[in-house]
Amino acid sequence: MLLIKNGRVLDPASRTDAPRDILLDGERIAEIAPSGKISVANAAEVLDASGLIVAPGFIDMHVHLREPGQENSETIETGTLAAARGGFTAVCCMPNTKPVNDNASITRFIVDRARVHGHVRVWPIGAASVGSKGEAIAEIAAMREAGIVGVSDDGKPIATAKLARQIMDYCRTLELPVIEHSEDVSLAAGAVMREGIASTRLGLPGMPAAAESVCVARDVQLAELTGARLHIAHLSAKASLDQVRYAKQNGLRVTCEVTPHHFTLIDEDVTYDSRYKMNPPLAARADREALWQGLVDGTVDAVATDHAPHEPALKDVEFDKSPFGILGFETALGLALEQLVHTGKLSLMRMVELFTTGPARVLGKERKLAVSEPADITIFSLDRAWTYNVNESASKSRNSPFDGKSFKGGPAATIVAGKIVYRA
Amino acid sequence: MTYRFRDLLALEPLSADELNFILDQSQPFQEIQRHPLKKLATLRGKTVVLAFFENSTRTRLSFGTAASRLGADTMNLQAEASSLKKGETLLDTANNLNAMKPDCFVMRHSSSGAADFVARHLEIPVVNAGDGTHEHPSQGLLDALTIRDRKGTVKDLNVTILGDISHSRVARSNIHLLGKFGCRFTLCGPAMWVPRELEKIGPPGTPIRCVYRVEEALEGADVIMVLRVQTERLHEPSLSQNDYILLYQLNAERMRLAKKDALILHPGPINRGIEITPEVADGPRSAVLEQVTNGVAVRMAILYLLMVGATEGTHPALEGKGETSPKESAHASD
Repeated sequence: MLLIKNGRVLDPASRTDAPRDILLDGERIAEIAPSGKISVANAAEVLDASGLIVAPGFIDMHVHLREPGQENSETIETGTLAAARGGFTAVCCMPNTKPVNDNASITRFIVDRARVHGHVRVWPIGAASVGSKGEAIAEIAAMREAGIVGVSDDGKPIATAKLARQIMDYCRTLELPVIEHSEDVSLAAGAVMREGIASTRLGLPGMPAAAESVCVARDVQLAELTGARLHIAHLSAKASLDQVRYAKQNGLRVTCEVTPHHFTLIDEDVTYDSRYKMNPPLAARADREALWQGLVDGTVDAVATDHAPHEPALKDVEFDKSPFGILGFETALGLALEQLVHTGKLSLMRMVELFTTGPARVLGKERKLAVSEPADITIFSLDRAWTYNVNESASKSRNSPFDGKSFKGGPAATIVAGKIVYRA
Repeated sequence: MTYRFRDLLALEPLSADELNFILDQSQPFQEIQRHPLKKLATLRGKTVVLAFFENSTRTRLSFGTAASRLGADTMNLQAEASSLKKGETLLDTANNLNAMKPDCFVMRHSSSGAADFVARHLEIPVVNAGDGTHEHPSQGLLDALTIRDRKGTVKDLNVTILGDISHSRVARSNIHLLGKFGCRFTLCGPAMWVPRELEKIGPPGTPIRCVYRVEEALEGADVIMVLRVQTERLHEPSLSQNDYILLYQLNAERMRLAKKDALILHPGPINRGIEITPEVADGPRSAVLEQVTNGVAVRMAILYLLMVGATEGTHPALEGKGETSPKESAHASD
């Protein structure tokens, strides 16, 4: 038994924003009542959440745990510990491992490893095509049996419109979302950042915003054709967001996510430091403003980190030779508070929604604080001052542009299935 | 005035005064090029690494000659012979060369920002001898020196650059340098090579316009920089050579549109008959060989400023009280 006392409970599912105590019994929520109303058995452990926000467990629906195959960069154990430290209670790991998670044995391997070594829940995403090669449809039904919650060829789009259409048709019947890394690979070929004044000044090859939005347009139209659930991953461009807005207005089952780095940084922030290299690349100032708007007006469904660890040896190279991607778990909440809440753009309720009910809905799950629901809870502070030191990260990698950055507010405790997995 | 940076990675962060200072420092070294005996002892006992990860003949020889005329020894690394072929990373190669205790690291590399990356890891001065499509600082300086010699000033000129501006580190360094002296730029070439974003990369307020008709670009030009059409390295996108010649080749007829005393520069090597006709390249308005001579002087000044200035903190020539000002030592060696 664990009693969370004196916190401000914030639950988007029931629109609750009130002082409440929550009693956890084993893996489930046993009772929720106004502060001081729950009589505690002596055996109960008490977590004092005075001055803190108590929210449903955060979900990060787009992460790379690198296991199997690239354990020098991350493992399920280290990645999920970093996730716990970031306030996440569940993460969806992308299938671009080595080998690719394109069959039920790999899915079971990940699920089993996560059961033994994971600090938070791991919900794998399966490859959409065999080897994510864009040729044949992967054994999606078998992977669903093994535990996948969606499919994606992340790292790249499903290679052809025809295959994307077929996979959308198939996944509609399997009731799985198709998560697209929408990118026109010919427009993006060779590019290492967003095309614009900054890339021109730095002499770095750039990809235009259209490299993303052209493919989003393709995917949205295929979602219309097939009726599939389409989720656009790490959306970065205004033109892409406009496509999603159009889709939603027309009743299509199209959703999207935005990363903390895209709502925080822009192409003008890029230096020759490879910690500023990710795909999609940091976008233009106007794109960031559009993303803020989309986060406010509901066009954006989820914040997801695209946590992409790469061991130092891989990132400590010339900018154009570095792999794409940066760490995300431990700074996500701090950045969301700094950029979205403290600036007054978003209500706290809306921010919590983007980390909880938002991604849950995309994945066809529920996420709420209610009796008998799973005891997954994220407790965070709005004002604790702290500084991110990437050398103290739980991740095996160090590729964060936010190293040394100071934050106001961040994770205080992470509870998964009734167990405290992280406490600040 | 001193040179306040440890390295020379780009001209963009340098002020007009600092750029002028380097040009002034180059002048005594220009004189040395005319002496029968050209070798100084200024950098005796020092070692300069010439790490050319990308092929180069002219710039490598120019830096090598500059180092040698200052009395320094050189360590040469050429891409073809290096262990890069065996998969060594740039950082490992730089650290290994650095472990041989050189005093300065001159490097060329095909990746933009490569010199910046190496400079973040080494303690010794790093000189960027061209990084990808970013900058080529010594070329920018030698171009400015050549313009100053011929025109008497680098201020308020109409500068036209012809060719693949998008992929040109020479164009960027020139825009950053000459832009600080009030020059106005006209960039001209096929639209794919001359993106409009270029109009915004110069020093604040620098007038830069992209035009796509060579006639428009040449009108009223004081200086015309012709860039090399890189036949060995693919332009992206590539363009029919015939189309390029038809639309953009600098020939005698088109030269009539420029000012009578317009100066022609080319960073070399020239593709005769492609971007420029031999008649124009060898004509009286062309300064291409002076550029090469000035290249040695500018690079002597760069090595001198970074190695003597960097280790002793002040610049003897500037403050007029040193014992080894380049001019004095030049005379001393005669």
